Amino acid sequence: MELRHSVRLDRDKCVGCTNCIKRCPTEAIRVRDGKARIAEPRCLDCGECIRICPHHAKSATMDGYDVLSRYDYRIALASPSLYAQFGPPATRAMILAALRATGFDDVREVAAGAESVTSATLAELLDPDRATALPLISSACPVVVRLVQMRFPGLIPNLVPFDSPMEATATVARREAAAATGHDPSRIGVFFISPCPAKRTAARQPYGRERTDVDAVIAIADAYPRILACLEKMDPVALHEFEARTLAGRDGIRWGNIGGESLALGTERFLAVDGIHSVIEILEEIENERLRDVVFVEANSCIGGCIGGVLVVANRFTARTRLKRSIESAAVSPPAHDVAREAARLLRWTLPLAPNPALQLDADLELALAKYERLERIAKELPGLDCGACGAPDCRALAEDIVNGEATEQDCIVRLREQLRGTLETTAPEGGVD
Amino acid sequence: MLPVHLQFPIRGGDFHSAGEASSGMKKALSKLGVDPSAVKRASVAMYEAEINAVIHAGGGEADVEIFADRVSIVIRDHGPGIPDVGLAMQEGWSTAPDAAREMGFGAGMGLPNIQRNADDLTIDTRVGEGTALTILVRFHRPAPTAPGPEA
Ligand SMILES: Nc1ncnc2c1ncn2[C@@H]1O[C@H](COP(=O)(O)OP(=O)(O)OP(=O)(O)O)[C@@H](O)[C@H]1O
Ligand code: SF4
Ligand SMILES: [Mg+2]
Repeated sequence: MELRHSVRLDRDKCVGCTNCIKRCPTEAIRVRDGKARIAEPRCLDCGECIRICPHHAKSATMDGYDVLSRYDYRIALASPSLYAQFGPPATRAMILAALRATGFDDVREVAAGAESVTSATLAELLDPDRATALPLISSACPVVVRLVQMRFPGLIPNLVPFDSPMEATATVARREAAAATGHDPSRIGVFFISPCPAKRTAARQPYGRERTDVDAVIAIADAYPRILACLEKMDPVALHEFEARTLAGRDGIRWGNIGGESLALGTERFLAVDGIHSVIEILEEIENERLRDVVFVEANSCIGGCIGGVLVVANRFTARTRLKRSIESAAVSPPAHDVAREAARLLRWTLPLAPNPALQLDADLELALAKYERLERIAKELPGLDCGACGAPDCRALAEDIVNGEATEQDCIVRLREQLRGTLETTAPEGGVD
Repeated sequence: MLPVHLQFPIRGGDFHSAGEASSGMKKALSKLGVDPSAVKRASVAMYEAEINAVIHAGGGEADVEIFADRVSIVIRDHGPGIPDVGLAMQEGWSTAPDAAREMGFGAGMGLPNIQRNADDLTIDTRVGEGTALTILVRFHRPAPTAPGPEA
């Protein structure tokens, strides 16, 4: 079966501790028979479990460089977070030239797609019909989109209804390469060099559009040593070629760190939030209609934004400084207003986004009510210690597992001990216990 | 079938945990698979009522009953009561203390917002004794409501 998710578990390394089950924002992980198990339908691919696992038992399955050989013409997409991996003296032109030299025929900047998304978003903000679903919530981070579908389906109308910078860039790259080289579009491979596993999942299960233009997604951590090697033996002709190109402007590169997407919009009525657990808090506030003075919310699952992705190399503090160099040396972006309507037309999602029922107890409301009642009853009888020893993140989650037939009350160690003590007391001779 | 019955305490003056009750109810409705727009209306209305109990009335308790077609929410407090409900229902009318205003409350929008989101709202209040709001939200509202007070 095709794996739908990119975050995976290495059973040999997993010791069955409770770190990941407590950290997962959708309570998707359980420890059963001493090993963690991810419930695929609930996984957002946020990578929090990869970050927190002290035994490095969680990893991301990404595409490798071997996929390049499947195509006749190969284009790498460089995201702003990639620039943030390299310090001086590497310039953006050098990084792009080196990336191409790792095995591609051309490279494109995702920052250029980001500039288009900014334009389209502006058009949407100026649209009078929008007043009904404000604030707009950025849809560039696939984790946030999936989170909204699962935990905040009421906010689906608030999502920016446009392709992500990755998709926007990929579509243009394929079309232009086909026109320029004469290759059949299906023989052109478009590869995103990614800071996170979520982007790979987004390319495999695209949202808002029928099919993706991204053929494979390679981890920044995988490309990094190859780019470094190519930086060391930089071909001056290639470098000159990239220095002569018109590179993406400031507003697009800014997207690499949190706040950048908002700054590009040029409004002060924005809020930028990073880190999945903080994102959840802000989405709660939006649902409660408490963010009244804000028209745009930029939400990134990773702390720091994409430079904090789980598959990058540089720590996010170094990365921020390095990205700043790229931002400052970039040309000012052309005014986003000028092409706003056109960008909105080109990038608008063609498919509606559906709520994801993965957290629901039952598709039938009557049955769900009955289950919920039982869940409440069981939860009241559990000790409420939320110790995680049963393998569920807290007592309520165990109660839910019991109702779903996936666990039993004996999985609660505390209750088991009580029961055991009860049996001992009735069978042991006077004063035999304690 | 019996409704699902949830109870939550609402601590007075505690801005930090304010919203826990409505958030708990929202989780329940989502788990049950209630349609997202009804979940949103119910949680907005309950959140505002809960905040009012925290800010204006020193806390209270929430009682939620969930049926297959509706949710009924009662927010009860033992605060000062509302002397003039008609006035309190007006947009922009507020007696919120400065501390609450600093937290972004006190725009006088809460009660009108509850009215807008609820399919039925009853306010039972006695000066010196307390206030009880009963909010009803139906899961599949047939037609959109008449324009709200803001129209
Ligand atoms: N539970 C209550 N007990 C006593 N007075 C209340 C209660 N709820 C509301 N009021 C009174 O009604 C007024 C209007 O309430 P409303 O919720 O509309 O606005 P607010 O709470 O002042 O501001 P906002 O809700 O916009 O933060 C309050 O300022 C207060 O005087
Ligand atoms: S913030 Fe960026 S790096 Fe992190 S999950 Fe979202 S898209 Fe990926
Ligand atoms: Mg209020």
